[in-house]
Amino acid sequence: MTVLDLEQLSVREINYALHHRDSMESVTLVNPGGAHNLAVGLDWPGEVEIRGHAGYFVGGMNKQATITVHGSVASSVAENMMSGLVRVRGNASQCAGASMHGGLLVVEGDAAARCGISLKGGDVVVGGRVGHASGFMAQAGRIVVCGDAGASLGDSLYEAVIYVGGGIKSLGADAQEEEMTEADVVVVRALLAKAGLAEDPARFRRVASARTLYHWNADAQQEY
Amino acid sequence: MAIRREENSLYGPDVLAYIQRAAEHGVYDIRGLGAKRRVPHFDDLVFLTASMSRYPLEGYRERCTTKTVLGTRHAKKPIELAIPITVAGMSFGALSARSKEAIGRAATAVGTSTTTGDGGMTPEERESSKTLVYQCLPSRYGFNPDDLRKADAIEVVVGQGAKPGGGGMLLGQKITERVAAMRTLPAGIDQRSACRHPDWTGPDDLAIKIVELREITDWQVPIYVKIGASRVFNDVKLAVKSGADVVVVDGMQGGTAATQQVFIEHAGIPTLPAVRQAVEALEEMGVYGEVQLVVSGGIRTGADVAKALALGADAVSIGQGVLMALGCNAPRPLDGGTHEDVSADYAKLGTEPGYCHHCQSGRCPVGVTTQDPSLELRLEPTEGARALRNYLNVLTMELTTLARACGKSNVHHLEREDLVALTVEAAAMAGVPLAGTSWIPGRRSSEPGGW
Ligand code: SF4
Repeated sequence: MTVLDLEQLSVREINYALHHRDSMESVTLVNPGGAHNLAVGLDWPGEVEIRGHAGYFVGGMNKQATITVHGSVASSVAENMMSGLVRVRGNASQCAGASMHGGLLVVEGDAAARCGISLKGGDVVVGGRVGHASGFMAQAGRIVVCGDAGASLGDSLYEAVIYVGGGIKSLGADAQEEEMTEADVVVVRALLAKAGLAEDPARFRRVASARTLYHWNADAQQEY
Repeated sequence: MAIRREENSLYGPDVLAYIQRAAEHGVYDIRGLGAKRRVPHFDDLVFLTASMSRYPLEGYRERCTTKTVLGTRHAKKPIELAIPITVAGMSFGALSARSKEAIGRAATAVGTSTTTGDGGMTPEERESSKTLVYQCLPSRYGFNPDDLRKADAIEVVVGQGAKPGGGGMLLGQKITERVAAMRTLPAGIDQRSACRHPDWTGPDDLAIKIVELREITDWQVPIYVKIGASRVFNDVKLAVKSGADVVVVDGMQGGTAATQQVFIEHAGIPTLPAVRQAVEALEEMGVYGEVQLVVSGGIRTGADVAKALALGADAVSIGQGVLMALGCNAPRPLDGGTHEDVSADYAKLGTEPGYCHHCQSGRCPVGVTTQDPSLELRLEPTEGARALRNYLNVLTMELTTLARACGKSNVHHLEREDLVALTVEAAAMAGVPLAGTSWIPGRRSSEPGGW
């Protein structure tokens, strides 16, 4: 195991080392001190442990790697992740998993506003609550929220599906609550298991798009 | 009784038609291209070419350099272009893959760059373009780290001149299976491109976002920030503060594939004052020359390019002119020989060659902005590339002609002092004197040009 110390090395040196690794199977970053842009743009099936809090964009655009933050993170963790796993042991600030295309993001604590915004695939599992406008304009993929969801959940949703275990303050434009099917329960069970969260999948509710915004003024018969 | 036709300047035929259409259909107009109304523009400026007090260079003979370097501030590999004329971002989706290929080939032939658009990078585009700028847009359709690392520069798009503050629209008829797959959306739905980035909200965040993009690409390539011209002076300063290597300012005449007419004609400021404000912002921050400025929005001719450079731009970027070189609004498409007259297809759109702005329809009569497999064939990439190469060459020759006449052996030596304005408005907006005077409207008496 390789240990890289943020008190000795700059973020740039660390990312460079992670991009141009030889055979480092796993790397531990110590003293992160809330630094931004840690472990971004990785494309390798190894493991990165971050021992402490991290700043913005940790794990951004990740491919393949498994990144664990033993602390909390600032905005936009795992933004645009393509594949792999990013796990936050603490809480996440806003825009967690923004525009992710694939992979799994687990936030064991709470996530703030706009969690899973613009999601394009992959899965986001939050152990606690999510803030307002979570799932905003989410196109594909799944968001599982074990706790409560803030206002305007799933505003302008496309094909992504949101499962909520707790209460929903309000639904956003074009989002609707739908019946949980057996298939949904299977999906939630599998995602909770992957995330390592012991929750009862049966208590979740399903939120998806009512698809009324799919055509800009359908009454106009496309005469624009 | 004699019929009286008293003209109504407030409710003329256009306004009447607009109200009648709104009343009948209950929808507003969505269209392509840019602002059509007359606003102060580069045409309102002229060059004070050399005579007694300046020494001109010899026509097309004496050397006049056009080499342009963008992104010298932080990137290890700045962009080196043979000419200061680049191709603006236009999406695959709005344009066909064949159009993108033609653009890439022409740009490569003349030594300049092309830009991706909303919807990501197509292999055709990457292969045909030697220098390709990869846009990071609010929608992030198809955005991925592999393409990011293939890019020669990255452009974070904050706004567009046709619709500063607005997102995009791609109507369902253009969302084929391929376009839909690139955007991770169901085929055939009207598709809204976001107006806000999903992962940052203000300039302080953007500064961190830019570092993220640099980290992912190991600080190799330049990062541009593109803004739609509205509060240009402050926005350019914020873009610089956020760490941009290059700032791209798109004036209100800039084009779009599909935007509400009300936005195209009524939002943002013209390119002319936008250039001046951008230059002033760079000068005030002491980074003029260190952070390069690219200007777009209604650049059509070599004279426009020369004037933009004289006002302080390092390069220009062209969208609509490029489409027109590829056959937009021409009666015959560049289909490689058949040369059928397609005026009937313009008529189906309710227009005729010279007046079309129906890129939103997906039924482009000349095959430039379409995803329809049969219409697409009306643009043959080799023909398109040849035509666009010619156009870019003409712009370059006109640019160097004017530069030589101003006594410059390098087009980047053109300067504000080489220009005067023909109208009071243009003089005020561009910050150059009204022709025949030393008056720059808006300047205080203590400032140069102030009265
Ligand atoms: S001819 Fe084609 S590219 Fe030109 S305005 Fe019409 S639809 Fe758009």
